[in-house]
Amino acid sequence: MKTAGLTLVAIGLTGLSLGASAQDETPFITLASTTSTEASGLFDAIIPQFTEDTGIDVRVVAVGTGQAFEIARRGDADSLLVHDTVGEERFVEAGYGTERADVMVNDFVLIGPGGDPAGISEAESVAEALSRIAEAEAPFASRGDDSGTNRAELRLWDAAGVEPGGEWYRELGSGMGPTLNTAAGMDAYVMSDRATWVAFDNRQDLALLFEGDEALFNQYGSILISEERHPHLKHDLAEQWHAWLLSEEGQQAIADFTVKGQQLFFPNARSD
Amino acid sequence: MNDLRRLPVTVIPPLALEGVGFTHRGQTLLHPLDLRLEGCHRTLVMGPNGAGKSLLMRLAHGLLAPTRGRVSWEGRPPRQAMVFQRPVLLKRSALANLTYALAINGTPRRRRKALAREALERFGLAALEKRPARVLSGGEQQRLALARAWLAEPEVLFLDEPTAALDPAAIQAVEAAVRDFHRRGTRILMTTHNLQQAHRLADDIVLLFGGRLVEHSPAERFFADPQTPEGRAFIRGELVW
Amino acid sequence: MSDDANAFQTALALILGRDPDLIGIVALSLQVSLSAVLIAALIALPLGAALALWRFPGRGAVIVILNALMGLPPVVAGLAVYLLLSRAGPLGEFGLLFTPGAMVIAQVILVLPIIAALTRQQVEELHGDYREQLTSMGVTLARRIPTLLWDARFGLTTVMLAGFGRASAEVGAVMIVGGNIDGVTRVMTTAIVLETSKGNLPLALGLGIVLLGLVALVNAAAHLVGETARRRLG
Repeated sequence: MKTAGLTLVAIGLTGLSLGASAQDETPFITLASTTSTEASGLFDAIIPQFTEDTGIDVRVVAVGTGQAFEIARRGDADSLLVHDTVGEERFVEAGYGTERADVMVNDFVLIGPGGDPAGISEAESVAEALSRIAEAEAPFASRGDDSGTNRAELRLWDAAGVEPGGEWYRELGSGMGPTLNTAAGMDAYVMSDRATWVAFDNRQDLALLFEGDEALFNQYGSILISEERHPHLKHDLAEQWHAWLLSEEGQQAIADFTVKGQQLFFPNARSD
Repeated sequence: MNDLRRLPVTVIPPLALEGVGFTHRGQTLLHPLDLRLEGCHRTLVMGPNGAGKSLLMRLAHGLLAPTRGRVSWEGRPPRQAMVFQRPVLLKRSALANLTYALAINGTPRRRRKALAREALERFGLAALEKRPARVLSGGEQQRLALARAWLAEPEVLFLDEPTAALDPAAIQAVEAAVRDFHRRGTRILMTTHNLQQAHRLADDIVLLFGGRLVEHSPAERFFADPQTPEGRAFIRGELVW
Repeated sequence: MSDDANAFQTALALILGRDPDLIGIVALSLQVSLSAVLIAALIALPLGAALALWRFPGRGAVIVILNALMGLPPVVAGLAVYLLLSRAGPLGEFGLLFTPGAMVIAQVILVLPIIAALTRQQVEELHGDYREQLTSMGVTLARRIPTLLWDARFGLTTVMLAGFGRASAEVGAVMIVGGNIDGVTRVMTTAIVLETSKGNLPLALGLGIVLLGLVALVNAAAHLVGETARRRLG
């Protein structure tokens, strides 16, 4: 009985030390990024290539864009990769980041019940599509979590001249995947990034109904975090990651990533 | 049982209860009484149920503080032990119950097992040392409680109705144990409502009735010629609980 | 729904396939939650016992707070630990955020009130039976703590299991302080959240079944040890 107790204590102590020992092996950086990027499987595809090139591991903390900014602001991540250009520029201006660069784009698509009760598949523009949903008062599931996708959605409503609200507009406060799960459950329209949609399995009656408008363009940017504000971060390693994403190898790796035969992210780093 | 080593002969401090009373929620359970116990006597506290016997034991032993009066040892407080009607044993083996008691009174670890086994032997429990104390029979449990008290080498031993729930054979074992304690040099204060038992064991008798001390006299005199109406009624068997 | 049958098949395939990723996740889940329970127990058992034995002013308030903390939402505990361990926080220096260590700390905070509050209750009950005997033997209050903890051991095993159940089932705290990093801080529950968000419901449910099986195994092991000991020691 006593020896069993001691064994258990020993297990407990190794559990605590686990955090420390794992850190000593390979050098790594912590990357704050968005759930949509993580859920698509992009990182699983490109990080191993980066690690092979540089010997640096990347630990991805995938959260909503709002939380990713907050994590970076507090100095808890070495690098940031998100898709909210306006927010990113503000982040750099406020002195939290020193450099922001375009990395890749994907696009948003409008998803809805296969029957398309609001008839958005015939719309000419995303603004028209959203107006039709509002007019028909067809259920619409919004992320409602201040994420990059949520912010983009609100800007699109604004551009369409619609103030979303009322019974039919449902703010879920969830990530992309859970929002899709919910939309599938209540036959609602929903705006999703293409990557999450393509990788998403639980579609039930949902179908892609509208795509291709330039306004649905979704730009990803990589940000270097201010060394002045957070001197403890691994700036050398983070710079290597930033540079690699923008390099030919990195951009190629992004282009090579496909899900179900579809390319999801289109590299667009400026080579200057 | 015969190799009884007497406790070192010292004077056991007298116990004085002066004006001791106990009130609980406005109800007087024990009216102020004076009682002095000294020497190496066996005092049996008798009386019907609810007379305040158990309360008196707990006050004398110090488990409860009186709401009136004073309980004091004249001189140093002696080594004491108490045996309850329903023995409280730890959820461990019989042996471990005894080694625990030895640990508490500061016996060095290396001597505990041997002493505990000796006590088990004395109380006829040697074969049961590994048994969980809680699965022993009522008589065995009470003997184990006595063995535990034995190891405390008490100068004063309190026993509260130790035989009330036992069969005749077990009662005999407990009474034999009480005699052994006494022969070893321990003062005994014991409650019982069994007249025969009091006859067999008592040097003197304290009779309680309705929360009052009605009589305290040597056993011989008490049984031959009780001084109070309650005492006479009790002996005639008219006041049995 | 074919999803349910699918989930069982997935669970079975996961177990039989001995996928190294899954084994890593299972091992980390066990390690984090068991460590949390053991560390919490080292503090909470004596604490609960002391609270059962000592009378002091404000004791009632402490007990009420402790009982209320049993219902502390994991996300809140996670957030508090996050703010504590964040670089901008008071313990940021140690760089524990997004490590298993941080997850252990968060779960200790979740489990400690449960173990302490239930221990308090069990020990107090037992002490009701023991008080006179222990007082008679002259056992000090401090010495009663180990005595009562040991004698309450069978009930306390269940208390520890309740703690383990809470630790292994929660997701809110480990998600925030661990970050669900693949291969580093991903445990069963955060993996389930991730698979759900991918819409991969059969895999998510399959992982859920594996988790349930795991918790059942730990419970069975504890039960077995308890029963054996009970038979031997009463």
